[in-house]
Amino acid sequence: MDKLWIIIKREYLTRVKRKAFILATFLTPLFFGIFFVVITIIFAYQSDDVRKIIIQDPGEVMGNAMADSKSLYFTFSDETLEELKVRYNNKEFDGILVIPPVKDLQSRKFKVQYLSDEQLDPESNSALESELEKKLRKYKIKELGFDQEKLASLEVAITIDPDQINKKDGQEDEKLFTSLTTAVAAAMGGLMGVIMYLMVFINGSMVMRSVMEEKMSRIVEVMISSVKPFQLMLGKIIGVGAVGLTQFLIWAILIPLIGLIVSLFMGIDSSQQMMPPGSSGAEELMDSGLSPGLLIAEIQRMNWLLIIPMFILFFLGGFFIYSSLFAAVGSAIGDDMGEGQSLTIPITIPVILAFYIMIVAIRAPNSSLAVWASIFPLFSPIVMPARLAFNPPAWQIILSAGLLILSVFFFVWLSGRIYRIGILMYGKKATFKEIGKWLFSKG
Amino acid sequence: MYFWAHEMDNIQIKISNPPNMPILSLRDVNKAYTNHKAVDNVSFEMPKGCIFGMLGPNGAGKTSLIRIITCITRADSGTIFFDGEVLNERHPEMIGYMPEERGLYKKMKVGEHLIYLAVLKGMPVQTAKKEIAVWMEKFDIDSWYNKKIEELSKGMQQKIQFISTVVHKPKLLILDEPFSGLDPINANLIKDEISNLNNEGISVIFSTHRMEQVEEICDEMVLINKGKNVLSGKVAEIKERFKENKFEISYSGNIPGGLINQETLIESKPGRLLASASSLGEMNQILAHLIQNGVVITKFEEILPSINEIFIKTVTASGEAVKID
Repeated sequence: MDKLWIIIKREYLTRVKRKAFILATFLTPLFFGIFFVVITIIFAYQSDDVRKIIIQDPGEVMGNAMADSKSLYFTFSDETLEELKVRYNNKEFDGILVIPPVKDLQSRKFKVQYLSDEQLDPESNSALESELEKKLRKYKIKELGFDQEKLASLEVAITIDPDQINKKDGQEDEKLFTSLTTAVAAAMGGLMGVIMYLMVFINGSMVMRSVMEEKMSRIVEVMISSVKPFQLMLGKIIGVGAVGLTQFLIWAILIPLIGLIVSLFMGIDSSQQMMPPGSSGAEELMDSGLSPGLLIAEIQRMNWLLIIPMFILFFLGGFFIYSSLFAAVGSAIGDDMGEGQSLTIPITIPVILAFYIMIVAIRAPNSSLAVWASIFPLFSPIVMPARLAFNPPAWQIILSAGLLILSVFFFVWLSGRIYRIGILMYGKKATFKEIGKWLFSKG
Repeated sequence: MYFWAHEMDNIQIKISNPPNMPILSLRDVNKAYTNHKAVDNVSFEMPKGCIFGMLGPNGAGKTSLIRIITCITRADSGTIFFDGEVLNERHPEMIGYMPEERGLYKKMKVGEHLIYLAVLKGMPVQTAKKEIAVWMEKFDIDSWYNKKIEELSKGMQQKIQFISTVVHKPKLLILDEPFSGLDPINANLIKDEISNLNNEGISVIFSTHRMEQVEEICDEMVLINKGKNVLSGKVAEIKERFKENKFEISYSGNIPGGLINQETLIESKPGRLLASASSLGEMNQILAHLIQNGVVITKFEEILPSINEIFIKTVTASGEAVKID
């Protein structure tokens, strides 16, 4: 136990003290901040080239009024097309919009001509189209004699309001979920699933590389003349994991902090500017009654007392299972780093499968695929955290956690058996058949 | 009751004060890997305080045997005693092992690396620091304390490796091909340190496929071939056992014809002759005879076989174990 602690300490400290680690840990959030600023500026950028456009509207479809936008200025004119073309060639304006009179009020198609030697940019084009659609709609309502208010009442926003049938005592007045719960749960679940996926892969490959380095630098035999191979493997897994966790925690604090500073610096409306034009997503969200306050309330309503410990449990479980497997593979790889890639495939496939199942699980958290994948120990570390936000039944969580804990012991033991032989095999990488034999060979 | 207590006393005396207990004793040790038998019924004893040569060609099973002694792997069967006790998990701390495949953490600093390895051998940090300072001074490398291993040359790294092997004051030192990759100066330095440590009472196992090194350094040896102990005992006795009573005589002047029996003479060159006799006594008679006849002897020497010759002879002869006691 004492030696295990010494190994963990070394594995942790040598990595954390490295310049590369310190730089990556503190510069990455800064880089994110800069990236965020640049993206904000790019999205906030609007066409600075202003166009003057003459509208010819003999049928008065537009009602002689067209609001100017930042980049488009409109003027109505009764001059003939020939006269306008002369003025165009004198560079008095940039284009002519010819709106023909509406001949057929039933038609669902309407063509408007834009005359110019230069094309309209896509942004102005779509802005112009949607403006014209609104005008034409108004015109048609008037011409067809519809009641504007009655028409407006046809447009209804629908939200499904979920509530539990069987409530526990004392909860009668309290709603367990709102329409927002599902969305927030999906977002939280996805986020946790992705974090698990990244941590498993990044840590796993770090452990594997470190085992390979130890084997190649031939320090390993010196080490195991002092400690047991299992202690060395476990010490490495825990030490490297602690490094990953340290970095993750620093980022979890620094990235939102820098994000906050940046958004304050850029001004509060930056979030709206980031939305691409046309999809006024933020406005729609606001319309449906979503406010930051409600969102925070919804996040607070989640069962964090269950989610946080479970997330940590599944994190540790997935971490131990996959890191130990990566350590075993690292020990079986020979002196040539490149040729060992094929040995990692059996480990990466379940991780990637779990990731895709996790994406499905967010959309359908109670589908049988999601349920069973969240119980199967090789998938559960990634799939179960994604489902936790959806309040899965207790038996599923207990079964999954129980199987996970058993599997941790099994896989760490299994990897230890491969590792203790693998690290002493120099030269060629091992085949799967040989690794199979190692499992059953005596110490 | 009295009788029982008396018995206990006896046993305790035996354990606490063993009469010349061997540092290492192997009995019928076996180890098989999936494809071959690496160690085949090996038994030998290694007296405390000696330099013990473990000899054999590459792939003979020396490293497998060492890994069993250092508790890196376990024997399939057989018993091993370390300093009178059955080999157990506390013993690796009393062993200093320098494997043939050796290395250091490249990114670590010399000082912290040495401390790390010493602490893993069960040494308290403060004691380790003191001992490391002593050794670094001895090798005149105190200025490297804060250098990274990767900044050092190969030879420098070998010195650090050696210090890391001996710094925790092991009772038994196991060196697997210690001179491979060493330049002659460093090899001599290490050789001197090995004999210094041996003089302090540390037992040394010296594993090599280079037979001539054993003759130079070792008191006792075991010869391993194809996993078997084919020959073991004191180096001097083994040589004695395999000697063919060949003698070299250097002389000045002339040896009159017919003075030496043709059966005795093996080879004759001006000033030097090679002769064989059934014993040293018989050879002395021949010498006396020569001197009486006015031959001036400048040098007389018994020619002992080299370990290399003995090895080849033993292995090609039968493959059967030859025990010398």
